[in-house]
Amino acid sequence: MTRATFVTRVVKPLLYVAAVVPAVWVTFALFTGRVEGDQVKYLQHFTGTVVLVTLFLTLAVTPLRRLTGWNEVIRVRRLIGLTAFWYALLHFLSYVVFDQMLSLPDIAEDVGKHPWVLVGFASFLMLVPLAVTSTAGWVRRLGGRRWNRLHRLIYPAAIGGVLHYLWLVKKDVRDPLWFAAALGVLFLARIWAARARRKPARARAPRSEPSPLIPAREDVA
Amino acid sequence: MLIRHPPDISTSEITDELLYTTRREFLLAAGFGLGALSGLLPFARAGLPLTGGTDDDKLTPWDDITGYNNFYEFGTGKDDPARNGGTLRTRPWKVEVAGEVAKPAVYDFDDLLRGLTVEERVYRHRCVEAWSMVVPWNGVPLVSLIDRLEPTSRAKYVEFTTLLDPRQMPGQQRGILDWPYTEGLRMDEARHPLAILVTGLYGKPLPNQNGAPLRLVVPWKYGFKGGKSIVRIRFLETQPATTWNLAAPDEYGFYANVNPEVDHPRWSQARERRIGEFFKRKTLPFNGYADQVAPLYAGMDLRKNF
Repeated sequence: MTRATFVTRVVKPLLYVAAVVPAVWVTFALFTGRVEGDQVKYLQHFTGTVVLVTLFLTLAVTPLRRLTGWNEVIRVRRLIGLTAFWYALLHFLSYVVFDQMLSLPDIAEDVGKHPWVLVGFASFLMLVPLAVTSTAGWVRRLGGRRWNRLHRLIYPAAIGGVLHYLWLVKKDVRDPLWFAAALGVLFLARIWAARARRKPARARAPRSEPSPLIPAREDVA
Repeated sequence: MLIRHPPDISTSEITDELLYTTRREFLLAAGFGLGALSGLLPFARAGLPLTGGTDDDKLTPWDDITGYNNFYEFGTGKDDPARNGGTLRTRPWKVEVAGEVAKPAVYDFDDLLRGLTVEERVYRHRCVEAWSMVVPWNGVPLVSLIDRLEPTSRAKYVEFTTLLDPRQMPGQQRGILDWPYTEGLRMDEARHPLAILVTGLYGKPLPNQNGAPLRLVVPWKYGFKGGKSIVRIRFLETQPATTWNLAAPDEYGFYANVNPEVDHPRWSQARERRIGEFFKRKTLPFNGYADQVAPLYAGMDLRKNF
Protein backbone atom coordinates (compact mmCIF):
# COMPACT_ATOMS: atom_id res chain seq x y z
CA MET A 1 0.00 0.00 0.00
CA THR A 2 1.41 3.39 -0.90
CA ARG A 3 1.31 6.20 1.60
CA ALA A 4 -1.38 7.91 -0.46
CA THR A 5 -3.74 4.93 -0.42
CA PHE A 6 -2.99 4.36 3.27
CA VAL A 7 -4.17 7.88 4.00
CA THR A 8 -7.27 7.53 1.82
CA ARG A 9 -8.26 4.01 2.89
CA VAL A 10 -7.21 3.91 6.55
CA VAL A 11 -6.52 7.33 8.03
CA LYS A 12 -9.47 9.07 6.48
CA PRO A 13 -12.16 6.59 7.56
CA LEU A 14 -10.69 6.64 11.05
CA LEU A 15 -10.88 10.42 11.10
CA TYR A 16 -14.52 10.29 9.97
CA VAL A 17 -15.26 8.17 13.01
CA ALA A 18 -13.16 10.42 15.26
CA ALA A 19 -15.10 13.43 13.99
CA VAL A 20 -18.41 11.93 15.09
CA VAL A 21 -17.22 10.66 18.48
CA PRO A 22 -17.46 14.03 20.32
CA ALA A 23 -21.02 14.60 19.10
CA VAL A 24 -22.05 11.11 20.16
CA TRP A 25 -20.35 11.53 23.54
CA VAL A 26 -21.91 14.89 24.35
CA THR A 27 -25.38 13.67 23.36
CA PHE A 28 -24.92 10.58 25.50
CA ALA A 29 -23.61 12.61 28.46
CA LEU A 30 -26.49 15.07 28.33
CA PHE A 31 -29.25 12.50 27.94
CA THR A 32 -27.97 10.16 30.65
CA GLY A 33 -27.76 12.89 33.29
CA ARG A 34 -23.97 12.78 33.51
CA VAL A 35 -23.68 16.54 33.41
CA GLU A 36 -24.25 18.32 36.71
CA GLY A 37 -25.33 21.93 36.66
CA ASP A 38 -25.71 23.98 33.52
CA GLN A 39 -26.17 21.47 30.71
CA VAL A 40 -26.36 24.04 27.94
CA LYS A 41 -23.16 25.67 29.11
CA TYR A 42 -21.55 22.24 29.08
CA LEU A 43 -22.69 21.69 25.51
CA GLN A 44 -21.37 25.10 24.50
CA HIS A 45 -18.06 24.69 26.25
CA PHE A 46 -17.63 21.22 24.84
CA THR A 47 -18.44 22.10 21.23
CA GLY A 48 -16.34 25.27 21.51
CA THR A 49 -13.35 23.24 22.62
CA VAL A 50 -13.81 20.79 19.74
CA VAL A 51 -13.92 23.73 17.31
CA LEU A 52 -10.64 25.15 18.58
CA VAL A 53 -8.90 21.78 18.56
CA THR A 54 -10.06 20.90 15.03
CA LEU A 55 -9.25 24.37 13.72
CA PHE A 56 -5.76 24.00 15.15
CA LEU A 57 -5.39 20.55 13.58
CA THR A 58 -6.44 22.06 10.25
CA LEU A 59 -3.78 24.72 10.68
CA ALA A 60 -1.21 22.06 11.55
CA VAL A 61 -1.58 20.25 8.21
CA THR A 62 0.46 22.62 6.06
CA PRO A 63 3.44 23.03 8.39
CA LEU A 64 3.44 19.28 9.01
CA ARG A 65 3.47 18.63 5.28
CA ARG A 66 6.20 21.17 4.61
CA LEU A 67 8.41 20.03 7.44
CA THR A 68 8.06 16.29 6.89
CA GLY A 69 7.43 16.09 3.18
CA TRP A 70 4.34 13.93 3.78
CA ASN A 71 2.31 15.61 1.12
CA GLU A 72 -0.47 13.07 1.57
CA VAL A 73 -1.68 14.69 4.79
CA ILE A 74 -3.34 17.33 2.65
CA ARG A 75 -5.97 14.68 1.84
CA VAL A 76 -7.44 14.91 5.32
CA ARG A 77 -7.36 18.68 5.71
CA ARG A 78 -10.83 19.30 4.29
CA LEU A 79 -12.31 16.62 6.53
CA ILE A 80 -10.78 18.17 9.65
CA GLY A 81 -11.70 21.69 8.59
CA LEU A 82 -15.31 20.70 7.93
CA THR A 83 -15.44 18.99 11.31
CA ALA A 84 -14.47 22.33 12.86
CA PHE A 85 -17.26 23.99 10.91
CA TRP A 86 -19.96 21.50 11.93
CA TYR A 87 -19.09 21.81 15.59
CA ALA A 88 -18.97 25.60 15.24
CA LEU A 89 -22.48 25.41 13.77
CA LEU A 90 -23.66 23.33 16.73
CA HIS A 91 -22.02 25.78 19.11
CA PHE A 92 -23.64 28.72 17.32
CA LEU A 93 -27.07 27.06 17.21
CA SER A 94 -26.98 26.24 20.91
CA TYR A 95 -26.41 29.94 21.59
CA VAL A 96 -29.07 31.15 19.17
CA VAL A 97 -31.68 28.64 20.32
CA PHE A 98 -31.06 28.10 24.04
CA ASP A 99 -29.56 31.43 25.09
CA GLN A 100 -31.45 33.77 22.79
CA MET A 101 -34.53 31.73 21.86
CA LEU A 102 -34.12 32.79 18.21
CA SER A 103 -34.86 36.40 19.04
CA LEU A 104 -33.06 38.51 16.43
CA PRO A 105 -33.24 41.80 18.38
CA ASP A 106 -31.77 40.10 21.45
CA ILE A 107 -29.00 38.53 19.39
CA ALA A 108 -28.23 41.88 17.75
CA GLU A 109 -28.09 43.58 21.13
CA ASP A 110 -25.87 40.90 22.63
CA VAL A 111 -23.48 40.94 19.67
CA GLY A 112 -23.36 44.74 19.66
CA LYS A 113 -22.79 45.13 23.38
CA HIS A 114 -20.43 42.33 24.28
CA PRO A 115 -17.07 42.01 22.50
CA TRP A 116 -16.62 38.33 23.35
CA VAL A 117 -19.93 37.52 21.65
CA LEU A 118 -19.06 39.73 18.68
CA VAL A 119 -15.70 38.05 18.21
CA GLY A 120 -17.23 34.56 18.43
CA PHE A 121 -20.02 35.52 16.05
CA ALA A 122 -17.58 37.02 13.53
CA SER A 123 -15.31 33.98 13.70
CA PHE A 124 -18.24 31.71 12.98
CA LEU A 125 -19.30 33.85 10.01
CA MET A 126 -15.76 33.62 8.63
CA LEU A 127 -15.93 29.84 8.70
CA VAL A 128 -19.11 29.77 6.59
CA PRO A 129 -17.52 30.73 3.21
CA LEU A 130 -14.65 28.35 3.94
CA ALA A 131 -17.06 25.44 4.42
CA VAL A 132 -19.09 26.40 1.34
CA THR A 133 -16.00 26.63 -0.90
CA SER A 134 -14.42 23.47 0.42
CA THR A 135 -15.53 21.40 -2.58
CA ALA A 136 -13.36 20.62 -5.59
CA GLY A 137 -15.86 22.49 -7.76
CA TRP A 138 -15.29 25.68 -5.80
CA VAL A 139 -11.53 25.30 -5.95
CA ARG A 140 -11.79 25.09 -9.72
CA ARG A 141 -14.24 27.98 -9.97
CA LEU A 142 -12.15 30.27 -7.81
CA GLY A 143 -8.77 29.09 -9.00
CA GLY A 144 -6.06 27.98 -6.62
CA ARG A 145 -4.65 31.41 -5.88
CA ARG A 146 -7.97 33.07 -5.04
CA TRP A 147 -9.12 29.99 -3.14
CA ASN A 148 -5.95 30.16 -1.08
CA ARG A 149 -6.43 33.83 -0.37
CA LEU A 150 -10.04 33.31 0.74
CA HIS A 151 -9.08 30.44 2.98
CA ARG A 152 -6.62 32.62 4.87
CA LEU A 153 -9.78 33.62 6.77
CA ILE A 154 -8.98 30.66 8.99
CA TYR A 155 -6.27 32.78 10.66
CA PRO A 156 -8.53 35.55 11.96
CA ALA A 157 -11.20 32.93 12.76
CA ALA A 158 -8.77 30.95 14.92
CA ILE A 159 -7.45 34.08 16.66
CA GLY A 160 -11.04 35.22 17.20
CA GLY A 161 -11.97 31.83 18.63
CA VAL A 162 -9.20 32.02 21.22
CA LEU A 163 -10.09 35.62 22.13
CA HIS A 164 -13.75 34.58 22.45
CA TYR A 165 -12.69 31.95 24.98
CA LEU A 166 -10.30 34.27 26.83
CA TRP A 167 -12.90 37.01 27.24
CA LEU A 168 -15.63 34.77 28.60
CA VAL A 169 -13.53 33.36 31.45
CA LYS A 170 -14.20 35.01 34.80
CA LYS A 171 -10.76 34.77 36.36
CA ASP A 172 -8.87 31.55 35.74
CA VAL A 173 -7.47 32.13 32.23
CA ARG A 174 -5.07 29.17 32.18
CA ASP A 175 -7.08 27.12 29.67
CA PRO A 176 -7.58 29.87 27.08
CA LEU A 177 -3.92 30.80 27.46
CA TRP A 178 -2.92 27.22 26.61
CA PHE A 179 -4.94 27.53 23.43
CA ALA A 180 -3.33 30.90 22.69
CA ALA A 181 0.11 29.35 23.17
CA ALA A 182 -0.75 26.44 20.87
CA LEU A 183 -1.95 28.87 18.21
CA GLY A 184 1.29 30.82 18.59
CA VAL A 185 3.29 27.63 18.03
CA LEU A 186 1.24 26.83 14.92
CA PHE A 187 1.87 30.28 13.47
CA LEU A 188 5.57 30.00 14.20
CA ALA A 189 5.62 26.58 12.55
CA ARG A 190 4.01 28.06 9.43
CA ILE A 191 6.57 30.82 9.23
CA TRP A 192 9.39 28.41 9.77
CA ALA A 193 8.02 25.94 7.22
CA ALA A 194 7.56 28.72 4.66
CA ARG A 195 11.18 29.81 5.13
CA ALA A 196 12.50 26.27 4.91
CA ARG A 197 10.65 25.86 1.64
CA ARG A 198 11.80 29.15 0.15
CA LYS A 199 15.52 28.43 0.46
CA PRO A 200 15.79 25.37 -1.80
CA ALA A 201 13.19 26.90 -4.13
CA ARG A 202 15.58 29.71 -4.94
CA ALA A 203 18.16 27.20 -6.10
CA ARG A 204 15.70 25.57 -8.46
CA ALA A 205 13.95 27.16 -11.38
CA PRO A 206 11.29 29.66 -10.28
CA ARG A 207 7.83 28.18 -10.22
CA SER A 208 4.38 29.36 -9.39
CA GLU A 209 2.67 28.75 -6.09
CA PRO A 210 1.06 25.31 -6.17
CA SER A 211 -2.65 25.10 -5.58
CA PRO A 212 -3.32 23.43 -2.23
CA LEU A 213 -5.55 20.78 -3.71
CA ILE A 214 -3.77 20.09 -6.95
CA PRO A 215 -1.36 17.48 -5.58
CA ALA A 216 -4.37 15.80 -4.01
CA ARG A 217 -6.59 15.89 -7.05
CA GLU A 218 -7.41 12.18 -7.02
CA ASP A 219 -8.67 12.72 -3.47
CA VAL A 220 -11.65 14.67 -4.72
CA ALA A 221 -14.63 12.39 -4.46
CA MET B 1 -7.95 32.63 73.86
CA LEU B 2 -11.45 31.33 74.17
CA ILE B 3 -13.92 33.51 75.99
CA ARG B 4 -17.09 31.68 76.84
CA HIS B 5 -20.32 33.29 75.84
CA PRO B 6 -22.46 33.80 78.98
CA PRO B 7 -25.70 31.80 78.92
CA ASP B 8 -28.50 34.23 78.20
CA ILE B 9 -31.21 31.71 77.43
CA SER B 10 -33.42 30.32 80.15
CA THR B 11 -33.56 26.53 80.35
CA SER B 12 -37.25 26.53 79.46
CA GLU B 13 -36.35 27.97 76.06
CA ILE B 14 -33.86 25.24 75.26
CA THR B 15 -35.11 22.53 72.96
CA ASP B 16 -35.16 19.05 74.43
CA GLU B 17 -32.10 17.20 73.21
CA LEU B 18 -34.06 14.32 71.73
CA LEU B 19 -36.20 16.74 69.75
CA TYR B 20 -33.06 18.58 68.72
CA THR B 21 -31.21 15.51 67.52
CA THR B 22 -34.22 14.31 65.54
CA ARG B 23 -34.98 17.71 64.02
CA ARG B 24 -33.66 16.65 60.63
CA GLU B 25 -35.89 13.63 60.50
CA PHE B 26 -38.74 15.97 61.35
CA LEU B 27 -37.77 18.35 58.57
CA LEU B 28 -37.43 15.49 56.14
CA ALA B 29 -40.77 14.03 57.16
CA ALA B 30 -42.35 17.46 56.78
CA GLY B 31 -40.77 17.71 53.35
CA PHE B 32 -42.03 14.30 52.30
CA GLY B 33 -45.46 15.15 53.69
CA LEU B 34 -45.64 18.27 51.59
CA GLY B 35 -44.28 16.35 48.62
CA ALA B 36 -46.92 13.66 49.02
CA LEU B 37 -49.59 16.31 49.36
CA SER B 38 -48.52 18.02 46.17
CA GLY B 39 -48.59 14.62 44.47
CA LEU B 40 -52.23 14.28 45.45
CA LEU B 41 -53.15 17.70 44.15
CA PRO B 42 -52.77 17.54 40.40
CA PHE B 43 -52.33 21.27 40.01
CA ALA B 44 -49.95 21.78 42.91
CA ARG B 45 -46.42 22.60 41.88
CA ALA B 46 -43.70 20.27 43.07
CA GLY B 47 -41.41 21.49 45.79
CA LEU B 48 -41.79 23.69 48.79
CA PRO B 49 -43.29 27.15 48.64
CA LEU B 50 -40.66 29.78 48.06
CA THR B 51 -39.92 32.36 50.71
CA GLY B 52 -40.95 35.65 49.17
CA GLY B 53 -41.77 34.50 45.66
CA THR B 54 -44.62 33.06 43.67
CA ASP B 55 -42.79 32.08 40.48
CA ASP B 56 -42.66 28.64 38.99
CA ASP B 57 -39.62 27.87 41.06
CA LYS B 58 -39.02 24.19 41.58
CA LEU B 59 -36.35 23.04 44.01
CA THR B 60 -33.04 22.36 42.31
CA PRO B 61 -31.99 18.75 42.98
CA TRP B 62 -29.41 18.00 45.67
CA ASP B 63 -26.92 16.66 43.11
CA ASP B 64 -26.88 19.93 41.19
CA ILE B 65 -26.64 22.12 44.30
CA THR B 66 -23.76 20.04 45.65
CA GLY B 67 -22.07 19.22 42.33
CA TYR B 68 -21.98 22.57 40.56
CA ASN B 69 -20.22 25.12 42.74
CA ASN B 70 -18.08 28.20 42.58
CA PHE B 71 -15.76 27.84 45.55
CA TYR B 72 -12.33 28.78 44.24
CA GLU B 73 -10.70 27.71 47.51
CA PHE B 74 -11.11 24.18 46.14
CA GLY B 75 -10.39 24.94 42.47
CA THR B 76 -11.93 27.01 39.71
CA GLY B 77 -13.81 24.18 37.96
CA LYS B 78 -17.48 23.76 38.82
CA ASP B 79 -16.90 20.17 39.96
CA ASP B 80 -13.65 20.92 41.83
CA PRO B 81 -15.32 21.86 45.15
CA ALA B 82 -17.24 18.57 45.30
CA ARG B 83 -14.08 16.67 44.38
CA ASN B 84 -11.60 18.53 46.62
CA GLY B 85 -13.83 19.65 49.48
CA GLY B 86 -13.10 16.54 51.53
CA THR B 87 -9.89 17.99 52.96
CA LEU B 88 -11.79 20.68 54.88
CA ARG B 89 -12.24 19.89 58.60
CA THR B 90 -15.36 21.59 59.89
CA ARG B 91 -15.08 20.44 63.53
CA PRO B 92 -13.79 21.87 65.73
CA TRP B 93 -14.54 25.24 64.12
CA LYS B 94 -13.88 28.64 65.64
CA VAL B 95 -15.46 31.89 64.61
CA GLU B 96 -13.86 35.14 65.66
CA VAL B 97 -16.19 38.06 66.36
CA ALA B 98 -14.25 41.31 66.16
CA GLY B 99 -14.38 45.05 65.60
CA GLU B 100 -17.14 47.40 66.71
CA VAL B 101 -18.92 44.97 68.94
CA ALA B 102 -19.72 44.76 72.64
CA LYS B 103 -18.37 41.27 73.08
CA PRO B 104 -15.41 40.56 70.79
CA ALA B 105 -14.48 36.93 71.26
CA VAL B 106 -13.56 33.69 69.61
CA TYR B 107 -16.52 31.36 69.70
CA ASP B 108 -16.78 27.70 69.15
CA PHE B 109 -19.09 27.28 66.16
CA ASP B 110 -21.70 25.38 68.16
CA ASP B 111 -21.71 28.03 70.91
CA LEU B 112 -22.06 30.87 68.43
CA LEU B 113 -25.46 29.76 67.18
CA ARG B 114 -26.69 27.89 70.27
CA GLY B 115 -30.29 28.67 71.01
CA LEU B 116 -30.96 30.42 67.70
CA THR B 117 -33.79 28.82 65.76
CA VAL B 118 -32.71 27.12 62.56
CA GLU B 119 -35.29 27.84 59.87
CA GLU B 120 -35.79 26.44 56.40
CA ARG B 121 -35.63 29.13 53.74
CA VAL B 122 -36.21 28.31 50.08
CA TYR B 123 -34.38 30.97 48.11
CA ARG B 124 -33.58 31.67 44.51
CA HIS B 125 -29.80 31.73 44.10
CA ARG B 126 -28.52 33.83 41.19
CA CYS B 127 -24.88 33.59 40.17
CA VAL B 128 -23.16 36.55 38.53
CA GLU B 129 -22.37 34.12 35.69
CA ALA B 130 -26.07 34.14 34.75
CA TRP B 131 -27.20 30.77 36.09
CA SER B 132 -29.55 30.20 38.98
CA MET B 133 -30.92 27.58 41.32
CA VAL B 134 -33.67 27.25 43.92
CA VAL B 135 -32.16 26.12 47.19
CA PRO B 136 -33.78 24.95 50.45
CA TRP B 137 -31.29 26.34 52.96
CA ASN B 138 -31.37 25.75 56.69
CA GLY B 139 -30.06 28.60 58.73
CA VAL B 140 -30.56 31.39 61.20
CA PRO B 141 -31.49 34.96 60.34
CA LEU B 142 -28.27 36.98 60.40
CA VAL B 143 -30.06 39.68 62.37
CA SER B 144 -30.67 37.33 65.27
CA LEU B 145 -26.94 36.68 65.60
CA ILE B 146 -26.10 40.37 65.17
CA ASP B 147 -28.52 41.27 67.96
CA ARG B 148 -26.88 38.74 70.22
CA LEU B 149 -23.39 40.05 69.47
CA GLU B 150 -24.42 43.66 70.20
CA PRO B 151 -22.47 45.75 67.67
CA THR B 152 -21.68 49.29 68.82
CA SER B 153 -23.31 52.38 67.32
CA ARG B 154 -20.19 52.88 65.22
CA ALA B 155 -20.74 49.59 63.35
CA LYS B 156 -21.89 50.51 59.83
CA TYR B 157 -20.72 47.40 57.98
CA VAL B 158 -20.18 43.70 58.64
CA GLU B 159 -17.33 41.78 57.07
CA PHE B 160 -17.23 37.98 56.65
CA THR B 161 -13.90 36.23 56.22
CA THR B 162 -13.43 32.71 54.86
CA LEU B 163 -10.89 30.28 56.29
CA LEU B 164 -7.33 30.70 55.03
CA ASP B 165 -5.52 27.36 55.04
CA PRO B 166 -3.97 26.17 51.78
CA ARG B 167 -3.58 22.65 53.18
CA GLN B 168 -7.30 22.27 53.79
CA MET B 169 -8.22 24.46 50.83
CA PRO B 170 -5.89 23.42 48.00
CA GLY B 171 -7.23 26.10 45.65
CA GLN B 172 -5.55 28.69 47.87
CA GLN B 173 -2.16 27.37 46.78
CA ARG B 174 -2.66 29.46 43.64
CA GLY B 175 -3.04 33.20 43.87
CA ILE B 176 -6.12 33.26 41.66
CA LEU B 177 -7.82 35.56 44.21
CA ASP B 178 -6.45 37.61 47.09
CA TRP B 179 -6.96 35.12 49.94
CA PRO B 180 -8.62 34.94 52.35
CA TYR B 181 -11.95 35.57 50.65
CA THR B 182 -13.76 38.45 52.30
CA GLU B 183 -17.26 39.73 51.73
CA GLY B 184 -19.32 42.37 53.42
CA LEU B 185 -22.70 44.00 53.86
CA ARG B 186 -23.96 47.36 54.95
CA MET B 187 -25.46 47.08 58.42
CA ASP B 188 -29.04 47.61 57.25
CA GLU B 189 -28.58 44.92 54.60
CA ALA B 190 -27.15 42.55 57.17
CA ARG B 191 -30.10 43.22 59.48
CA HIS B 192 -32.64 42.53 56.75
CA PRO B 193 -34.72 39.47 57.68
CA LEU B 194 -33.96 37.77 54.33
CA ALA B 195 -30.21 37.62 55.02
CA ILE B 196 -29.31 34.32 56.67
CA LEU B 197 -26.34 32.41 58.01
CA VAL B 198 -26.63 28.92 56.60
CA THR B 199 -25.69 25.69 58.33
CA GLY B 200 -27.68 23.16 56.34
CA LEU B 201 -29.15 22.19 53.00
CA TYR B 202 -32.23 20.05 52.35
CA GLY B 203 -32.41 19.43 56.12
CA LYS B 204 -28.90 17.94 56.14
CA PRO B 205 -25.66 19.46 57.39
CA LEU B 206 -24.16 21.83 54.84
CA PRO B 207 -21.73 19.94 52.55
CA ASN B 208 -18.17 21.27 52.45
CA GLN B 209 -18.45 22.30 48.80
CA ASN B 210 -21.35 24.59 49.71
CA GLY B 211 -19.42 26.43 52.43
CA ALA B 212 -19.58 24.28 55.56
CA PRO B 213 -19.96 24.75 58.39
CA LEU B 214 -21.21 28.32 58.13
CA ARG B 215 -21.93 30.52 55.14
CA LEU B 216 -23.77 33.69 54.32
CA VAL B 217 -26.75 33.76 51.95
CA VAL B 218 -28.13 37.07 50.72
CA PRO B 219 -30.75 36.06 48.17
CA TRP B 220 -31.22 39.43 46.45
CA LYS B 221 -27.50 39.67 45.64
CA TYR B 222 -25.26 37.72 43.29
CA GLY B 223 -24.03 34.48 44.80
CA PHE B 224 -20.45 35.63 45.31
CA LYS B 225 -21.64 37.94 48.12
CA GLY B 226 -22.31 34.84 50.21
CA GLY B 227 -18.99 34.15 51.91
CA LYS B 228 -18.41 30.47 52.74
CA SER B 229 -16.68 28.60 55.57
CA ILE B 230 -16.70 31.74 57.69
CA VAL B 231 -14.06 32.09 60.42
CA ARG B 232 -14.41 35.78 61.24
CA ILE B 233 -17.29 38.22 61.53
CA ARG B 234 -16.05 41.78 61.93
CA PHE B 235 -18.12 44.90 62.53
CA LEU B 236 -16.66 47.99 60.89
CA GLU B 237 -17.22 51.71 60.66
CA THR B 238 -16.07 51.86 57.04
CA GLN B 239 -16.90 49.75 54.01
CA PRO B 240 -14.72 46.64 53.93
CA ALA B 241 -12.70 45.60 50.88
CA THR B 242 -14.31 42.62 49.20
CA THR B 243 -12.48 39.95 47.22
CA TRP B 244 -14.12 40.06 43.78
CA ASN B 245 -14.25 43.83 43.91
CA LEU B 246 -10.49 43.87 44.48
CA ALA B 247 -9.96 41.34 41.68
CA ALA B 248 -11.95 43.31 39.07
CA PRO B 249 -13.40 46.59 40.38
CA ASP B 250 -15.17 47.43 37.10
CA GLU B 251 -16.90 44.03 37.00
CA TYR B 252 -17.91 43.28 40.59
CA GLY B 253 -19.21 46.02 42.86
CA PHE B 254 -19.62 46.07 46.62
CA TYR B 255 -23.40 45.96 46.38
CA ALA B 256 -23.77 43.31 43.66
CA ASN B 257 -27.55 43.39 43.82
CA VAL B 258 -29.12 41.20 41.15
CA ASN B 259 -30.07 43.68 38.45
CA PRO B 260 -31.18 42.74 34.91
CA GLU B 261 -30.74 46.38 33.86
CA VAL B 262 -27.04 46.58 34.66
CA ASP B 263 -24.93 44.21 32.59
CA HIS B 264 -21.66 42.75 33.63
CA PRO B 265 -19.15 44.60 31.40
CA ARG B 266 -18.54 41.40 29.47
CA TRP B 267 -21.94 39.70 29.46
CA SER B 268 -25.64 40.37 29.84
CA GLN B 269 -27.47 40.01 33.17
CA ALA B 270 -30.92 40.30 31.59
CA ARG B 271 -31.51 36.55 31.59
CA GLU B 272 -30.39 33.53 33.51
CA ARG B 273 -30.40 29.80 33.03
CA ARG B 274 -32.16 27.97 35.82
CA ILE B 275 -30.12 24.84 36.38
CA GLY B 276 -32.06 21.93 34.89
CA GLU B 277 -33.70 24.04 32.20
CA PHE B 278 -32.58 24.55 28.62
CA PHE B 279 -33.97 27.96 27.81
CA LYS B 280 -32.99 31.06 29.70
CA ARG B 281 -35.54 32.98 31.73
CA LYS B 282 -35.76 36.65 32.57
CA THR B 283 -33.79 37.79 35.59
CA LEU B 284 -35.90 39.68 38.13
CA PRO B 285 -34.78 42.89 39.84
CA PHE B 286 -33.26 42.04 43.22
CA ASN B 287 -33.68 38.40 42.16
CA GLY B 288 -37.43 38.67 42.73
CA TYR B 289 -37.13 40.11 46.25
CA ALA B 290 -37.61 43.75 45.22
CA ASP B 291 -40.76 44.15 47.34
CA GLN B 292 -38.80 43.35 50.47
CA VAL B 293 -35.40 44.92 49.80
CA ALA B 294 -35.76 47.75 47.27
CA PRO B 295 -36.38 50.33 50.06
CA LEU B 296 -32.84 49.65 51.35
CA TYR B 297 -31.52 51.37 48.22
CA ALA B 298 -34.00 54.22 47.90
CA GLY B 299 -32.35 57.22 46.26
CA MET B 300 -29.21 55.31 45.24
CA ASP B 301 -27.99 55.17 41.66
CA LEU B 302 -27.85 51.40 41.16
CA ARG B 303 -25.91 51.79 37.94
CA LYS B 304 -23.08 53.47 39.81
CA ASN B 305 -23.47 51.33 42.94
CA PHE B 306 -23.54 48.03 41.07
